[in-house]
Amino acid sequence: MHNKTLVELSQQLLSGSVSSVELTQHFLDRINTLDPQLNSFISVTDELALAQAKQADAIIAAGTAGPLTGIPIAHKDIFCTKGVRTSAGSKMLDNFISPYDATVVEKLNAAGTVTLGKTNMDEFAMGSSNETSFYGAVKNPWNTDYVPGGSSGGSAASVAARLAPAATGTDTGGSIRQPASLCGITGLKPTYGSISRWGMIAFASSLDQAGPMTQTAEDAALLMNAMGGFDRKDSTSLDRATPDYTSDLNNSLEGLKVGLPKEFFKEGLDSGVQQVVETAIKEIEKLGASVKEISLTTTELAVPAYYVIAPAEASSNLSRFDGVRYGYRCEDPKNLDDLYERSRSEGFGDEVQRRILIGAYALSAGYYDAYYVKAQKTRRLIKNDFDNAFSDVDIIMGPTAPSAGFTLGEKADDPVSMYLSDIYTIAVNLAGLPALSVPAGFSAGLPVGLQMIGSHFSENRLLNVAHQFQQATDWHKHTPDAFTK
Amino acid sequence: MAWETVIGLEIHVQLSTQSKIFSGSATTFGAEPNTQASLVDLGMPGVLPVLNADAVKKAITFGVAIDANINQKSDFARKNYFYPDLPKGYQISQLDLPIVGEGHLDITLEDGTVKRVGVTRAHLEEDAGKSLHEDYHGMTGIDLNRAGTPLLEIVSEPDMRSAEEAIAYVKTIHSLIQYLGISDGNMAEGSMRCDINISLRPTGQEEYGTRTETKNVNSFRFIEKAIRGEVIRQMDELEAGNKINQETRLYDSNKDETRPMRSKEEANDYRYFPDPDLLPVITTDEFIQGIKDALPELPWQKLERFQTEYELKEYDARVLTASKTLANYFETVVTTSGAKAKLAANWVTSELLGALNKSNTDIQQSPVSAEEFGGLLKRIADETITGKSAKTVFEAMLNGEGGADEIIKAKDLEQEKDSGAIEALVDEVIAANPDQVAKFLEAEDSKKKRFIGFFVGQIMKASKGKANPQQVNQLLAQKLK
Repeated sequence: MHNKTLVELSQQLLSGSVSSVELTQHFLDRINTLDPQLNSFISVTDELALAQAKQADAIIAAGTAGPLTGIPIAHKDIFCTKGVRTSAGSKMLDNFISPYDATVVEKLNAAGTVTLGKTNMDEFAMGSSNETSFYGAVKNPWNTDYVPGGSSGGSAASVAARLAPAATGTDTGGSIRQPASLCGITGLKPTYGSISRWGMIAFASSLDQAGPMTQTAEDAALLMNAMGGFDRKDSTSLDRATPDYTSDLNNSLEGLKVGLPKEFFKEGLDSGVQQVVETAIKEIEKLGASVKEISLTTTELAVPAYYVIAPAEASSNLSRFDGVRYGYRCEDPKNLDDLYERSRSEGFGDEVQRRILIGAYALSAGYYDAYYVKAQKTRRLIKNDFDNAFSDVDIIMGPTAPSAGFTLGEKADDPVSMYLSDIYTIAVNLAGLPALSVPAGFSAGLPVGLQMIGSHFSENRLLNVAHQFQQATDWHKHTPDAFTK
Repeated sequence: MAWETVIGLEIHVQLSTQSKIFSGSATTFGAEPNTQASLVDLGMPGVLPVLNADAVKKAITFGVAIDANINQKSDFARKNYFYPDLPKGYQISQLDLPIVGEGHLDITLEDGTVKRVGVTRAHLEEDAGKSLHEDYHGMTGIDLNRAGTPLLEIVSEPDMRSAEEAIAYVKTIHSLIQYLGISDGNMAEGSMRCDINISLRPTGQEEYGTRTETKNVNSFRFIEKAIRGEVIRQMDELEAGNKINQETRLYDSNKDETRPMRSKEEANDYRYFPDPDLLPVITTDEFIQGIKDALPELPWQKLERFQTEYELKEYDARVLTASKTLANYFETVVTTSGAKAKLAANWVTSELLGALNKSNTDIQQSPVSAEEFGGLLKRIADETITGKSAKTVFEAMLNGEGGADEIIKAKDLEQEKDSGAIEALVDEVIAANPDQVAKFLEAEDSKKKRFIGFFVGQIMKASKGKANPQQVNQLLAQKLK
């Protein structure tokens, strides 16, 4: 049952061959028995899940069910969930029970999904390995010596291990796509503004974007239909009609023009990964696409620009965690400064503190122009670079991550090397573009993702290409041995 | 050495919107702590601001009224600092692109001189909450009801040269915002607060001296005192050969002095940057024109109209139009009483304002409403009572003894119109004062008036103010030949 896609499960629920309560219990049981090996959940919400499942069964019985009614999913612990601890992977919010639902949670609830629990993540989404979580590292289900990627590592690992049919994630610099690649699942980061950020704990507001993490592109399209849309509570959400994300899945790829940026295939890229990606692109050519080399000259500027803008915004976004109104407060503060200093030093982990310091520095008087303003100018150049490329090609493809993965602890003390694992994903966030990662093969027993990047609002094309690729291949059907049964 | 004072003001005006600038919470003053604080105002994780369109409209209304350049693209920036009543750890404000650009305001000094003061800019921002230090046994309470209340910060050019000019400027702004209906202007409730930049320079020198900023002064009187005190302090320092520190100071109204804030607090680097949660505000020409077309009568327009329509002297018109409430009061009195505008103006400016001044109340809190006051003047106009009795009636009205008619009846103050009765009183007074009569008859013509005054006074007294003074004068003239 757990190897089925959302679409398949939906059919079973609607036909009555399985109830939502049975399905939910099945996944709860899997989480209970298998997750200790992975640590992909921070909170498991058994009671809430079974209550929602019961309600879903009533809706199905009444004949008013939609395609997501009764489907169990997991939420990254960055989405505020009413009455449930929402920690963002931080000691700072270990005691925080959210008084409200994020729009993403509210919309998915309204569509009838069942919340299995909250998945583990890098603290405040800052990390590419899921090792910065206060709740401990998540392990890659394909090889538990390896990291699952981050920051949505818990969501990726839980879907890959079939502990949840699908999960929500967020992507600020690759946090959906990179763990999707490392765990062998499908992950979509939509165009900035497609999904409301209300209730999503902010890391870097101008880059953060929620998205679905699923087995297939078709499942991702189904979730997008529920998650997307304008929200008046988020001023940066786009006031446009929500498309039907499933409508173009079956379009032919005949005549599709694919661009391969030569900068994505230079040194730094693991040869095993390169091989998988090139083979996958050949497959797409077979489906009728034409491929040409292009150049994205700003590629190497993305990581430095990102590591100014994202920390700058984070340094301000995380100021509210001050020990005054909610969250962690140090013992016996001597005075106000002591309250602030110790609550934040004790409540935040090293990586978060590092980024707050970098960000505060970049915004400080005398450095603002040299760092923040310059990074914003660079950001504009990167956006122009993509715009130019899309005047020539329909879609850009390449690796999602430079390697198939790394072991736990391998890069933990080397932040710069860690930051470079997002080298192919970061520019997409700076430009606000949609991109997804699909499983495309294996390198040394670890899954490898193929990244597809589209122009603004081209989610339907990305999902179409990914779906056609998945019709022609079965990489997305592979599951790690330890979690198959 | 002779010193010239240079003053610039930053005035924070609370805009009277129904809800807060970035959330749907109400903005009513005086509610139970934290009952008007939503998820957004509490700075919960994951919440986002949404700009209140009415705050933008009110800010532009102000800009249009001071003939300012409206920036058709303006944006919001975060001002980062930690304070317990600042829930997000930053205040959303405007830095590079304020909504209102350069404008100006004409102020009139006591001697009638008109001076133009430049307004550098006016920008929108959110207010912070309040820290409550009393009643918490050494701890601090936080009330976030005020957090997120829209503020318009109006920054002037350093164009003022004395406390008097600064006060005139503040009063002009205070009057204008109420005329425009963009703020209740209630200073006691903190609807208008002032930061005062002061520097001194040797008279004739072009370069400005080092300035200090005195923060958060919230009454006309305190503004005046804070300026006078700070000017003297700076002058003493300079005369003694010392330098002025550029610093932020606080005005202590109990001690009537300014003193520096902790140096740590001024060493803040606010790390401003554009707020990524908010889009730039784009306003169209049509929108701005629409606000221009809908502008209410402005103070200087009303001043002009009062002089032409009511034929009032400039001084009286200025007094009456100083606040919108007072001007409205006056106009209501004129229409309800049917009295001549001149009479109404006299009564409002001398009797009413005198009484309010004495009891230290504002026109808004006047114990006698404009309609009630109009009712009183109506009885003067139709000669039901004499002016003298009217003062007695007004006293009683202030004491809450009822409406004019009620009091006239109760105190039996209706003017005596029976000429026989008045004549009897005249005879009585003449008979009772033979010496005065003799002196009157002997006096030269030019001095006779004084004696007539004596008799009129006596007769009015005997009539308990009810006799018609004109009638009394006529009768006396006949009888004292």
